[in-house]
Amino acid sequence: MSEARDEILAGIRRSLGVSATDTTRRQIVEARIAAAARGVLPQRGEGAVPTRAATFQAQAESVAASVARVAGDADIPAEIARFLRENNLPATLRMGEDTRLGALPWDATTIGISKGPSNGDDLNAVSHAEAGVAETGTLVLVSGPDNPTTLNFLPDNHIVVLRADAIAANYEDVWSELRTRFGKGLMPRTVNLITGPSRSADIEQKMLLGAHGPRRLHIVIVG
Amino acid sequence: MSAHATSPQFKDNAHRALQDTQLQKALGNVRHNFIERRAQAAARLPEFEALRDQARDLRDHVLAHLDLYLEIYERKVTEAGGHVHFARTAEEASRIVVDLAKARGAKIVTKGKSMVSEEIGLNAALERAGIEAVETDLGEYIIQLRGEAPSHIIAPAVHLNQEDIESDFRRVHTWLPKDRDLEAPESLLAEARATLRAKFLASDIGITGANFLVAETGTSIIVTNEGNGDLTQTLPKMHVVVASIEKIAPTLEDVAGIMRVLARSATGQDMSVYTTLSTGPRRPGDVDGPEEYHVVLVDNGRSNMLGTDFEDMLRCIRCGACMNHCPVYHAVGGHAYGWVYPGPMGAVLTPSLIGVDQGGHLPNASTFCGRCESVCPVRIPLPKLMRHWREREFERHLSPATVRSGLAVWAFFAKRPKLYALSARIGIGLMGLAGRSRGRFAWMPFAGGWTKYRDLPAPQGQTFQAMFKRQRGASR
Ligand code: SF4
Repeated sequence: MSEARDEILAGIRRSLGVSATDTTRRQIVEARIAAAARGVLPQRGEGAVPTRAATFQAQAESVAASVARVAGDADIPAEIARFLRENNLPATLRMGEDTRLGALPWDATTIGISKGPSNGDDLNAVSHAEAGVAETGTLVLVSGPDNPTTLNFLPDNHIVVLRADAIAANYEDVWSELRTRFGKGLMPRTVNLITGPSRSADIEQKMLLGAHGPRRLHIVIVG
Repeated sequence: MSAHATSPQFKDNAHRALQDTQLQKALGNVRHNFIERRAQAAARLPEFEALRDQARDLRDHVLAHLDLYLEIYERKVTEAGGHVHFARTAEEASRIVVDLAKARGAKIVTKGKSMVSEEIGLNAALERAGIEAVETDLGEYIIQLRGEAPSHIIAPAVHLNQEDIESDFRRVHTWLPKDRDLEAPESLLAEARATLRAKFLASDIGITGANFLVAETGTSIIVTNEGNGDLTQTLPKMHVVVASIEKIAPTLEDVAGIMRVLARSATGQDMSVYTTLSTGPRRPGDVDGPEEYHVVLVDNGRSNMLGTDFEDMLRCIRCGACMNHCPVYHAVGGHAYGWVYPGPMGAVLTPSLIGVDQGGHLPNASTFCGRCESVCPVRIPLPKLMRHWREREFERHLSPATVRSGLAVWAFFAKRPKLYALSARIGIGLMGLAGRSRGRFAWMPFAGGWTKYRDLPAPQGQTFQAMFKRQRGASR
């Protein structure tokens, strides 16, 4: 343990007038972390799946994402082909190893698929979201070989597949899901919460899309 | 070394700023955009005020248990395969980062926006070690080209106009055709995007700040709109997080609560575009992401603020709302404050961090209209804390010369009715300061003490004593 560490912690205790051996304080802190209690929750995201999906869509569209609804998995490739065509984009798509994406009927389209992370040369990518948050139209993506993080940021056009029943009311519901999947106190390397395409207002406070990340964010809600 | 301060020359800085027509034009953007957007975002969320109370209480709880949360956070980061470094001072923090970079033979580092890295003077330290540090947030990139400090904590280039940026890009991007069209802001953005893409891909180390450090999971969180922070931390072999010690949040639930007030207060967005939770380095099977993950926890004076009048200031989540709503900031911009943190939060924080001898004038840079406190998402009593600094100045029995120069700063504002008119025109009226238009000095602490040995300037043609007496009479 470094000298700086010990000095800083001792300095904090001195300033607060507390002792390192005070067990009551420790119990308070440990209980708070164990409970991970929810605070004030906005009503806005609440409702059954169709309501949550509708709220999600409205929120995502309000921050310049485009949203399409499809009935089932089989419809996803055609919808993505339509999106690429209508935006005059080449029929190419980069994706990770996610089997939910890999198993889709891509052959029914002319889209050329390549797999793996992005090195910056890919114009279009598709990812599968872990979840969505209705409250703010936010996508939740988790790192790993299935959906590499670089696909979320390097391509110009990011397409994200999201299951309607994976749209949570709020962030707290997503945290619960993550704890179930990864364990209490454990997290995947990266969790990306994405709300709309990249933007900057650094030039005279004018909002411009496509600063460093994707210029377009297209969300395909399934179900 | 901490970033160099010109705060002692605040009055001269402010005077220059008021004469600077380009700056005055740019500052109009702050007045017009931020205020309205925040108000609309707050109105859209019925729970907003309750969330502010909750955020204040949470931050207080964290500060009261900061030592314990830091220990838990450190353990969780280590368990996830990351490394935590503690830095007592700005110098120590910069040295840790420089040593990490040198040990990896790094030639170029990319940086996400981080106020604490400005505070510790990290870019200068890296450059002294022969390492190129590239700011990648558009605003930060622009001011780096100009050799300037940020003038706002979330909008670093808000003091500039499009013409300024165009001429900087033409001066620096000499490899591009001279006759290219940079008329539209979109073309400036595209040029910066292309230039910085090459830097991201060449970078050896990515340095980001952190909006939150989660004790429960050992996670660091950045909140951005551009995606530059994510490219910064995802592409190089090493990710270094530089964060001040008070950024702790106990749990993910606590983060969710504060997130709901952060973007709304800052930019008026319901949620920033990218909120990224990072826990340790690349995992087995990962095909991207950094191989090493380090966190440098910076104290630099903060532990001394705990248990004092200024502990409240450590609740700050760096949203920028206080400066967005400050008539003094609107009038003089961020650079006049002379150090890293401008506006009301800077006026309170700067003397705490670099000393009252350096930053002691700043608490006078206030009209005490109370708007900063009324919008602060964690309800920091900024006007009260500015008053505390002035009381301290007095109690410390600083030499009359020092007190005089402090008052000179205050008088500078008092004599410029435009500043007061500005705050009145926006019509906040929240503090219920009786008779703001006639005598605004009744609130002044120690005014009697000051006036015992010195005449105060006579704002708007009346003597201070006359106004003071009349105001006291009127308000009783
Ligand atoms: S003092 Fe309050 S309003 Fe100002 S930046 Fe900090 S949190 Fe935001």
